[in-house]
Amino acid sequence: MPGPFISDEQVAHARALAKDITEPIFQLIDQNTTVSVERTVLRWFGVDGVGAMGAPLVNLMVDRLHAAGVLGQGAAYWYGRALKLGARSPLEAVERLTAVPLDKLPPLSPQEDAALKDEVRAEARAAIEELKARVDRRNALREEFPMGATPHKYVIVATGNIFDDVDQARAAAQAGADVIAVIRSTAQSLLDYVPHGATTEGYGGTYATQENFRIMREALDDESKKLKRYVQLTNYSSGLCMAEIAFAAAWERLDMLLNDAMYGILFRDINLRRTFIDQYFSRRICAEAGIIINTGEDNYITTADAYDAAHTVIASQFINERFAHRAGLKDWQLGIGHSYEIDPHRPDTLLLELSQAMLVRRCFPDAPLKYMPPTKHKETDIFFSHAYDVMADLVAVWTRQGIQLLGMMTEAMHTPLLADRYVALKSASYVHRAARGIDQEFTVREDGLIANRARSVWERAVKLLEECRDDGMVAAIGRGRFGDVKRSETGGKGLDGVVERSKAYFNPFLEMLEAK
Amino acid sequence: MSGGPLIRPYGDRRDDGVIQISFTLPVALSEKAKEAAKLFCQKLGLTDVKVAAAERAADNYTFFIAYAKTSVALDWGSIDTPELTIKKLGFDDLNALIERDIARRVVVFGACTGTDTHTVGIDAILNMKGFAGDYGLERYPWFEAFNLGSQVPNAELIRRALEKSADAVLVSQVVTQRDVHKDNSRQFIEEAKKAGLDKKMTLLLGGPRVDHKLALELGFHAGFGPGTKPSDVANFIVHQVLQRMGKEQRGQHWEGEPK
Repeated sequence: MPGPFISDEQVAHARALAKDITEPIFQLIDQNTTVSVERTVLRWFGVDGVGAMGAPLVNLMVDRLHAAGVLGQGAAYWYGRALKLGARSPLEAVERLTAVPLDKLPPLSPQEDAALKDEVRAEARAAIEELKARVDRRNALREEFPMGATPHKYVIVATGNIFDDVDQARAAAQAGADVIAVIRSTAQSLLDYVPHGATTEGYGGTYATQENFRIMREALDDESKKLKRYVQLTNYSSGLCMAEIAFAAAWERLDMLLNDAMYGILFRDINLRRTFIDQYFSRRICAEAGIIINTGEDNYITTADAYDAAHTVIASQFINERFAHRAGLKDWQLGIGHSYEIDPHRPDTLLLELSQAMLVRRCFPDAPLKYMPPTKHKETDIFFSHAYDVMADLVAVWTRQGIQLLGMMTEAMHTPLLADRYVALKSASYVHRAARGIDQEFTVREDGLIANRARSVWERAVKLLEECRDDGMVAAIGRGRFGDVKRSETGGKGLDGVVERSKAYFNPFLEMLEAK
Repeated sequence: MSGGPLIRPYGDRRDDGVIQISFTLPVALSEKAKEAAKLFCQKLGLTDVKVAAAERAADNYTFFIAYAKTSVALDWGSIDTPELTIKKLGFDDLNALIERDIARRVVVFGACTGTDTHTVGIDAILNMKGFAGDYGLERYPWFEAFNLGSQVPNAELIRRALEKSADAVLVSQVVTQRDVHKDNSRQFIEEAKKAGLDKKMTLLLGGPRVDHKLALELGFHAGFGPGTKPSDVANFIVHQVLQRMGKEQRGQHWEGEPK
């Protein structure tokens, strides 16, 4: 591993700060639920499908409970009541619940209440077991066809049509891709529902739906068998439906998810409380399903300057790590995000990028890490851009990144052409092959530019963490400390979907996941 | 206008007409595939076609890089584009010009409107940092730049611009599929015209799939495509303001303006 640069005590101090910073947020998380969390609960019970006008049944049911002011008891409780009212299917449960004025339903006796909860718990336990069986199937395939060497080469498909995406994903896998990301349709993060079924029209990407996940995973299973090399699939658990997407992805055996504790707040202007509550349940699901999360710190340095804001990336990574650990994720599941984004017109940028990537590696030795390519300073001169991407390939293999999103030479122009992916995969394979192990051959001098830069970034990162501890996360976000974006606790989209838990709040999935 | 000289692409000597081309065909790599690539180039009117690389991009896709010659020649003298008459001003000189001739800060609003979440373009032009070593408008002391970010409704951008009596509004459209950028830009112009914005301020469109001609067709005052530097936009806006103030003749041209 490159450098100490900083002492183990310093790293431990940063972790302790992150713990102090996130603790108050967990009070918020423990006292509230959201419409999206409750919809996830219903999905896990098998409430799938859409009602009149194409609205997902889980939305119809949860909106109904929310409007009646009873969602604070948990959708699982009302699901149980619907079963007691004689519902034999999810659709009937929705009908039952929408037919009765809920506040007029007589309260259950303590015995009845306990019996109902036992019954619902048993159903939840079976549903968790079924999820585990599906995850086991995925893991068996991974064992049968081992993945390629790291850094795992990650590429994006984005046609808008899931069937075209399948063709492009297969082609990318054949060209050497280890991870396929199906980028989502523009603005899906702002939809307060998950679209249903296979989709063939999207803008800037393809809608994330459970059916699309299934179609793509099955195609990649098939391709993995042909190539005798397991090809991973990822999507985006962000926006207003973080937890629902996490569930759909887990159920359909996805391998990774973009999932960041703060990204929605900063970059999609989703309400802060909503995001913190949703991210927790989504991460509990990822932990259970063995999904590797990818955090989004790379985004900070596309809005703020990558040189000046390098410390915000480090500070946020510790916060994201803490949120993840609290949700039960293990180090091997933490694709902590960062990127190669310093303005290439500056001198020494290869050294500066190495410094930053080495510092991240130093802080998170057991996490796979997710390395992002240059985007902000990409040029339409594709030959320059290709050379620029290749430098990121070198830094990725040098610092043992687990996952590397490959840069596309046409980044500044359009979604990648099939050949752009091929060219990127060929050159990344070459650089990885050529330089694997380079970190063990060269040690980094502790008095040089790389180490000194790492220490100065570190110092500022710790100061920012201290500020967040002293003033609180909410205040720090309010001041624009992350990504130069300022957000308030009650601003943004989705606050009306946050509901205080009542004393009788019931969520058997959360109970069981937290008990592990 | 005409009168030459005639120009052709330059490979390694004058008028050799050598060009490079790359493309993918949806067939497996084979001798037949290579022949198909060559034929394709010939059908484009190219001669001396050398398929330099035929790469298996996937089972049923082959990526080609070819070099070939073209006999197409252009009459340089007949190409009609506006003449450059004014030299583009640098950071300090432009600020000085605003201070002297406009004597107040130039107000600019920018946003990615509609569903577009990609702020990379608008950030490159407006943020402090700028792009490729060229400072963004926020850095200019004589500009007051407001970057509203992404997914801004057109109406919101228009309202904010009117409130502050903006001099210019920048609409950025980055991610685009099936020409959604055009639909959204058209909607913006319709709403802007209703609000009388087009008479009061300069309306600019930017993005990787945008060019000046398209922007004019859509009803903007100018369009900025890939490679645009913040200083290009800054100069354009300042000249527009000066023209609206009557301090500069209309129809003047300068280096870096949209074409």
